[in-house]
Amino acid sequence: MNFVWTVAWRLLREGRFQTALILAGVSIGVGVIVYITAIVSGLQANIIERTLSTQAHVVLRPADLVNQAPLTVPGSVKLADIAKRTQRENTIANWGSIVARVRGTPNVSAVAAMASGPGVAQQGGVRKSIVLMGVDLDDYRQVVRLDNKLKAGRLLLPTGTALIGKELAADLGLQPGGRLRLQTATGGSQSMTVGAILDFGLKDLNKRWVLLPLREAQNLLGFQRDVTEIYIKSERLFEAESLAANLALATGLTADSWQTSNGQLVTALKSQSASSLMIRVFVTFAVALGIASVLVVSVVQRQREIGILRAMGTPASRILAVFLLQGGLVGLFGSLFGSLLGAAMSVGISRLALTEDGSPLFPVVLDGELFVTTALIATLVGVLAALLPALRAARLDPVEAIRG
Amino acid sequence: MAEIMTLDGVKKSYGGGKSPLVEVLHGIGLQLVEGEFAALLGPSGSGKSTLLNIMGLLETPTAGELHIAGTATAGLDDAARTALRNRYLGFVFQFHHLLPAFSALENVMMPLFAGQGRVTLQDRERAAMLLQRVGLAEHAAKRPVQLSGGQQQRVAIVRALMNRPRLVLADEPTGNLDTQTANEVFALLHELNREDGTTFLIVTHDQRLADGCPRQIRLLDGRLQPDGVVSPAPSASGR
Repeated sequence: MNFVWTVAWRLLREGRFQTALILAGVSIGVGVIVYITAIVSGLQANIIERTLSTQAHVVLRPADLVNQAPLTVPGSVKLADIAKRTQRENTIANWGSIVARVRGTPNVSAVAAMASGPGVAQQGGVRKSIVLMGVDLDDYRQVVRLDNKLKAGRLLLPTGTALIGKELAADLGLQPGGRLRLQTATGGSQSMTVGAILDFGLKDLNKRWVLLPLREAQNLLGFQRDVTEIYIKSERLFEAESLAANLALATGLTADSWQTSNGQLVTALKSQSASSLMIRVFVTFAVALGIASVLVVSVVQRQREIGILRAMGTPASRILAVFLLQGGLVGLFGSLFGSLLGAAMSVGISRLALTEDGSPLFPVVLDGELFVTTALIATLVGVLAALLPALRAARLDPVEAIRG
Repeated sequence: MAEIMTLDGVKKSYGGGKSPLVEVLHGIGLQLVEGEFAALLGPSGSGKSTLLNIMGLLETPTAGELHIAGTATAGLDDAARTALRNRYLGFVFQFHHLLPAFSALENVMMPLFAGQGRVTLQDRERAAMLLQRVGLAEHAAKRPVQLSGGQQQRVAIVRALMNRPRLVLADEPTGNLDTQTANEVFALLHELNREDGTTFLIVTHDQRLADGCPRQIRLLDGRLQPDGVVSPAPSASGR
């Protein structure tokens, strides 16, 4: 039996109403924090997943061709208006070695080369503007997930086949096995069989994207053996930016991370995170103040008992520890109840609020780490909040305290 | 016989600075020896409580020396005085002051628990033995509110004995008890003094109870009256 633990526990148990009140306060605070964290991280994970379902984490493109400024004679003033060049025939020629090098870079989990360019799909007199995307399907599927986008047909890409979006299929009246003609501005023209119909999740992409074997896209677009982009999947989603910077340096190509390509989304996510952090911080403050105020009252109420304990020879440090521990216990137990409450609220809303297709409007992410962190922080906050009341208790003059 | 406590020229004043300086004790010299059973008498305002607080190491004298079991106490910090209190002194308060959140047995163990930070099974047995000695064995698990006034004071008395103190300071231990219960409690103190040799200093207003004490120490206006000199009888309306 330990003095500090026993006395802290008894005092909490004895002050039933106060303890219940303070526990309820901490639980509600922690519940709100858990709820907001779960909802926000769920939403963000969902938005990022949706956004990145058709994108690579990093895309390498040919470096821009830039006009050189005229040489300047030292001491003279240069007047020049340099217009940007058209980026004609700007492709990546030696991509085989670049892909091999990128594959060997840390944090890179998959790489796919792509030759893309504008074209026209034609079927029965209907012409639709499209984007030709020549890929090695096995490589491409490792960067961009396709199996969840398949609507009809099979995910195979032998020579002479094309995978098309569902809007284009509807516009041209095509089913898997049907045929269409692909044409390009350079005069290339080839008849292809529809291998599969995909849903990319966006109407515009479903109208335009046509996947075909790399070799045939290169022929149609007149690229010989060159590609236009290299798609890269990173093992660490949120380190894509530094990966892009490294790759740009290493390859001399332009490298864009998904954050750069989706600037507005990243800004929105950041401001969402910031506001949820602010709510959490203020709720934590409110909880800490609640714990402190209830403990201050408790110290005043138990003044005489504290005086008796001091008179009979309890060291001041032990009194301090008793009240710090009370704060910690309240924080810990409050966070346990609060985590349950927050988890129940989050699961509740994800079950109740559904989108039209029946998937949850607020997909919730509840990971164990959140609960452990919350419990640790709440315990720490409890101890800190108890510091002032505990110091007050420890500094009580026994004579004054007993006299009351 | 060994000296338990020696006071030499102990003065205590309050105030100072902006408020007027008031001296409450004007140089107290006093010795308590082992096994004594002494009453401290004095009217309200005579400085009894202050003297008791100083003897209990709860207040420090403004001037003078206080030795407890041979240890000088001047200049000791709070932690050292707390440790001395815990080791050598037992306290009985006028209003028993038991801790309501703990059982009678736990209250008895409290001085040991508070001083050491933990208690053993032997400590528990000693506390149970002490309760049995004052006839409260069957009330060991009860909370203070479930006990009568006399029972509460008996628990408080054995609590003061838990650490085997050299000196028990009792501040009007029968002050809020009816006459018969007060007599019983006083008899108990006498018995503990006779059987264990524990030294008691008992503050009381009650001349009748004080008459039963082998030594009477009288305090008047912050000065000790010489032993054997009868001071004006403390007024019964003092409390």
